[in-house]
Amino acid sequence: MKSLQECQEEVVEDFSMYDEWLDKYEYLIDLGHRLEPFPEELKTDDRLIRGCQSRVWLDTRREDGRLFFRADSDAIITKGIISLLIGVYSGRTAAEIAADDFSFVERLGLRENLSPTRANGLASMIETIRRTAENLV
Amino acid sequence: MMQLEKIRQEFPALGTQVYGKPLVYLDNAATSQRPLSVIRKWEELSTERNANLHRAVHRLADLATQEYEATRDAVRQYLNAASREEIIFTSGATASINLVAFSFGEAFVREGDEIIVCEAEHHSDIVPWQMLCERKGAVLKVLPVDDGGRIRLGALPALLTPRTRLLCVAHISNVLGLVNPIKEIVKICHSAGCPVLVDGSQGIVHERVDVAGLDCDFYVFSGHKVYAAPGTGVLYGRRELLSRMPPYMGGGEMIETVRWSGTTYAPLPQKFEAGTQNIAGTPTLRPALEMVKRLRDPEILAESNAIKSFMLNGLNKISGLRLYGEPSSPEEKIPLFSFSVEQAHHEDLALILDKMGIAVRSGQMCAEPLMDRFGVTGMLRVSFAPYNTLQEAEYFMQSLERAIKMLRG
Repeated sequence: MKSLQECQEEVVEDFSMYDEWLDKYEYLIDLGHRLEPFPEELKTDDRLIRGCQSRVWLDTRREDGRLFFRADSDAIITKGIISLLIGVYSGRTAAEIAADDFSFVERLGLRENLSPTRANGLASMIETIRRTAENLV
Repeated sequence: MMQLEKIRQEFPALGTQVYGKPLVYLDNAATSQRPLSVIRKWEELSTERNANLHRAVHRLADLATQEYEATRDAVRQYLNAASREEIIFTSGATASINLVAFSFGEAFVREGDEIIVCEAEHHSDIVPWQMLCERKGAVLKVLPVDDGGRIRLGALPALLTPRTRLLCVAHISNVLGLVNPIKEIVKICHSAGCPVLVDGSQGIVHERVDVAGLDCDFYVFSGHKVYAAPGTGVLYGRRELLSRMPPYMGGGEMIETVRWSGTTYAPLPQKFEAGTQNIAGTPTLRPALEMVKRLRDPEILAESNAIKSFMLNGLNKISGLRLYGEPSSPEEKIPLFSFSVEQAHHEDLALILDKMGIAVRSGQMCAEPLMDRFGVTGMLRVSFAPYNTLQEAEYFMQSLERAIKMLRG
């Protein structure tokens, strides 16, 4: 398995290939459509992260000392970003995640989607991933 | 077109670019852009006439006070209020409503009394009343809208009881863009002895407001939605009510005498204007209201009407699009359109449109109860100001179609 940093570098590099914003969104929409389906029965209130805009459901599972994330959203661009985040963080140990500074999120340049100052489910999702990991360390 | 082009050039923001594309600003219901006359007024007051109001005898204080009080006269005249004492300056519509909720509530609302609010209200015209009802043990009742978003006038008489103290309704809903039948509502309420507060945040932009003609008891609006500086606002209140209401905030300027044995309050309007006022901001309401008048030019109104029919036509042609707020007649609708689109989430649409240079609003629009009413988690809202052009509407429609196509794949 690649290290967390290597994985982040790859994602940032892939994403920076697109110069045009609309191409970036096309890419995210495509990722969103291909995201592993999220079981309907897991769409419970305790997994729901509310925002003024899109809703995000996050399910966290621990197995052999590793954290596995599954998530979903009613907005497709958000799902695309979820796909990027899950690709990076799912299947890692709590220690690995807790040690990360999450600065890679800023390097993606998706401020409108990920800024914690906006009432947005994604920013809360990242915060939840971070806190879950920290609490386990 | 000449007149509109000329006026547009007076709004510097309208000529700017985002992501290298010309800005198409269609989020006017959230806040409007500001003309040079307003920007310069703020600058002039900050550079040449900055002093605290009413208090000092020096020249600058005199000039600043003159500007401020001349603005009160201009607002009184614009709204056709009976007297200048009925015009209270606040920091915005929210502050105006909270002032009434507190002071009117203290004077007139007791345990078991009732307040009515319309189902389509903005949170600013819901939460202060919930807080009042909680404080006083009063009951909050809801005046419903029908599936088209129109107020169900027929339901009103039955809601009014001898315990109803106030009804609160928007002149124009910030989500539905429908002009509510204020005159009729006031008539029904007054015949039951119930005063009416009108939230004019959108109304002041799109309607010719005449508080005497509407016969309402309170009319509130924010300056920033109508081209003035942010942090400015107006509360019009009928004198008989305002004079019986206790002050909202205590502080400087709202007093007559202050002794340890007790304080007496200043007469209207100062009674409700405690502390240092928005010295540079409030006077921008004067050039702002001048702009409102200029934008009522027949040529510009014709453009607005063309935008309205173009948009209604275009939106209705998009498959899976549901528009909220169906007018009974074209005059009942302002060029504000909230809708949802199947297989295209409002947030996704807003993000893509943003990158095409178009500013729109997505989400709950501060009207969660109305979102629940229509069974949606949010909508996309496109709100035009009189300074927008048909060309912008056309660009919007092409962009919307392209965005939907991208999302549906």
